[in-house]
Amino acid sequence: MAENKKPKKREYAAFSLKDNLKEIGTTFATGDWKTKLSFLIMGFGPLMRGQIVKGLLFLFCEIAFIAYMIGFGAKYMVKLPTLGTVETQKIGRKTVYGDNSFLILLFGILTVIVVAAFILVWRMNVRENLIEETALKKGKALPSNKKFLASLLDENFDKTLLALPCLGIFVFTVLPIIFMICVAFTNYDKNHQSPTNLFTWVGLQNFRELFSFGSSGFGGTFVTVLIWTLIWAFLATFIDYFLGLAVAMLINKKGIKLKKLWRTILVLTIAVPQFVSLLYIMKMFGNDGIVNGYLMKWGWISSPIPFWTNPTLAKVMIIVINIWVGIPYMMLIATGLLMNIPEDLYESARIDGANPFQMFVKITLPYMLFVTGPFLLTQFTGNLNNFNVIYLLTQGRPQSMKLVGNAGYTDLLVTWLYKMTVTETNYRMAAVIGIMVFIVTAVISLIVYNMLPSVRDEEGFQ
Amino acid sequence: MKEKKTASMSRKRAISNFFAYILLVIISIIWLFPFFGLIMQSFRSYLSEYGGMVNYIIPKNFSLDNYRFLFSGETNFVRWYTNTVVIALAVAVLQTLIVLCVSYALSRMRFRGRTFLMRFWLVLGMFPGFLTMICMYFLLKQFGLTQAGAVPGLILVYIASCGMGYYVCKGYFDTIPKALDEAARIDGATRAQIFVQMIIPLSKPIVIYTALVAFLAPWCDYIFASYVAFGNDKSYNVAVAMTRWVWTNDYQGYFTRFCAGGIMVAVPVTILFMCLQKYYVEGVTGGAVKG
Repeated sequence: MAENKKPKKREYAAFSLKDNLKEIGTTFATGDWKTKLSFLIMGFGPLMRGQIVKGLLFLFCEIAFIAYMIGFGAKYMVKLPTLGTVETQKIGRKTVYGDNSFLILLFGILTVIVVAAFILVWRMNVRENLIEETALKKGKALPSNKKFLASLLDENFDKTLLALPCLGIFVFTVLPIIFMICVAFTNYDKNHQSPTNLFTWVGLQNFRELFSFGSSGFGGTFVTVLIWTLIWAFLATFIDYFLGLAVAMLINKKGIKLKKLWRTILVLTIAVPQFVSLLYIMKMFGNDGIVNGYLMKWGWISSPIPFWTNPTLAKVMIIVINIWVGIPYMMLIATGLLMNIPEDLYESARIDGANPFQMFVKITLPYMLFVTGPFLLTQFTGNLNNFNVIYLLTQGRPQSMKLVGNAGYTDLLVTWLYKMTVTETNYRMAAVIGIMVFIVTAVISLIVYNMLPSVRDEEGFQ
Repeated sequence: MKEKKTASMSRKRAISNFFAYILLVIISIIWLFPFFGLIMQSFRSYLSEYGGMVNYIIPKNFSLDNYRFLFSGETNFVRWYTNTVVIALAVAVLQTLIVLCVSYALSRMRFRGRTFLMRFWLVLGMFPGFLTMICMYFLLKQFGLTQAGAVPGLILVYIASCGMGYYVCKGYFDTIPKALDEAARIDGATRAQIFVQMIIPLSKPIVIYTALVAFLAPWCDYIFASYVAFGNDKSYNVAVAMTRWVWTNDYQGYFTRFCAGGIMVAVPVTILFMCLQKYYVEGVTGGAVKG
């Protein structure tokens, strides 16, 4: 009877803790001595049953884990609740280093994850024993080691393919992000730099600071920057979208020759690295740049136009220059898509006496919006985090005494975050802003994504 | 009667086309002007004329002084250039491999945790990239991959998380009929064989697109490159090194030298891009539709 139940259990066992514990229990109770010993010495059962590769892998995991915990992990994990208590001191002329809060936090988090991963591997080890025993009881032969290795190129190919990318993402994205989320709840800033100073947990204090609207609080600046970020993302996305569409239609127009030439001219913007083109344009509109130079030479103005020093003008300039950057990209996408619209739709509209504008509003636009809905969303979130354009053009300037944290009037949340990290070394507030960027992006994506008409289940495409 | 109508229509079209041409010419001038200025100023000598900002475009005398300066060994320009090329090539190869692997696994195989993985990566992508900067710098430093070792360090940074950018490639794989896979499996091919011998050859456009995009990105990267290589002139890439010429050394008249360097960077990259433009368009359009 137990045998009949097992395969069924395996399907949903992973999702409930109770079932997991139950399966572990029954495995131990009904298992032979090899299985029982495997609970302590991982991989023992598979090794004894001739599954050398799997067994060695489990055994290796256990040894590595124990070595890691003793030699490295444990000492960081126990200090995680305080982030270190021993201050760095100067005794005479010598500096005696105490605890390093940064290392404790980083490796503490790492150790917690390693422990969790180890429990998972241990669970796999138990499951493996169960599977092998069940198979042997049924009189089936276990797959040979060679077959197991070969399966990594066949039915288990996904594990081979994804192992390295997942490891990279874990070390360089997941771990740092968890670390920074934790930093948002500490007082890690320029007054608490490790290794000379300790930092510690402060709860929600940083978030309170972000929303405090006093003279030194971050509240006012945060709201200013957030509003500009949203306005920028909205304008940059939609102006580029519609103008790009317009240019694509202009080039696609019947009777226009040299289509390829016009496209190539526009595409140059994508090809030339942005730091070359944008820095040049930034200089072009500088106080001593060519634009002001010519305007003054011609006597149109007497003093240079403050393109980059007037807050409003700087914002307008950024949006206008972003059109220069964005149109070619949109033009490329629209060109391909416009050709997909069935010509007979326009034909019948023309017979019904529709003018070009009506055709655009009733046929072209709905089609384009439907097809490019997800693209618009990614463009929007991309623009929320559009670092290059802002940083190369203004670096967030013009600066203001009214804004705290070194922010300027054209700073987006991300460029502000960058300044916080690099020039201010105010890591705790940088982390808080990072979390805010995430919340803004996630909320907008979620809302818009659910409104999109073209959202279908992804299997539908295949 | 009918002829008259078509004649008036064609005249109407000719007029509207005339305006369209005017518009296109204006657009072209606006789009080309910065590049024209860049080229012109790169020929203005910083020795005999002036290397900073002036109020005319065409230099009084055309000279190659700026280019001579770049290759004179007075700065590490050649070194910066080599760094960037090395990084770009390595990233192009490795990133393409990783993206192909991830895309194949997610497109063709159904395994436990697949949807979880995709959702998880989607959420991860919503965090701003610079959030990871401090921590990443520290990790790289542990392995000696900052400052002097910044070039391999940067390669590692660029490719470490590139698996998350699988969307375009997976979208392309999804359009290859699964019946092909099944037929090959019946003939006894393993998943790995299908991937290497069938899917990759069928995906030439997307392979080129992925490699091209990966190759272009390091040329523009300022943020990570400046952070990882901080203070070590020899391991800068062109973007970091030459941005300094505009921001800090500008009053010494480094602007024309920046222009010359910019041309040195832009010309080969642009030529490469133009040659592979077809694939780029295909990738971008496909990616936009599937989102």
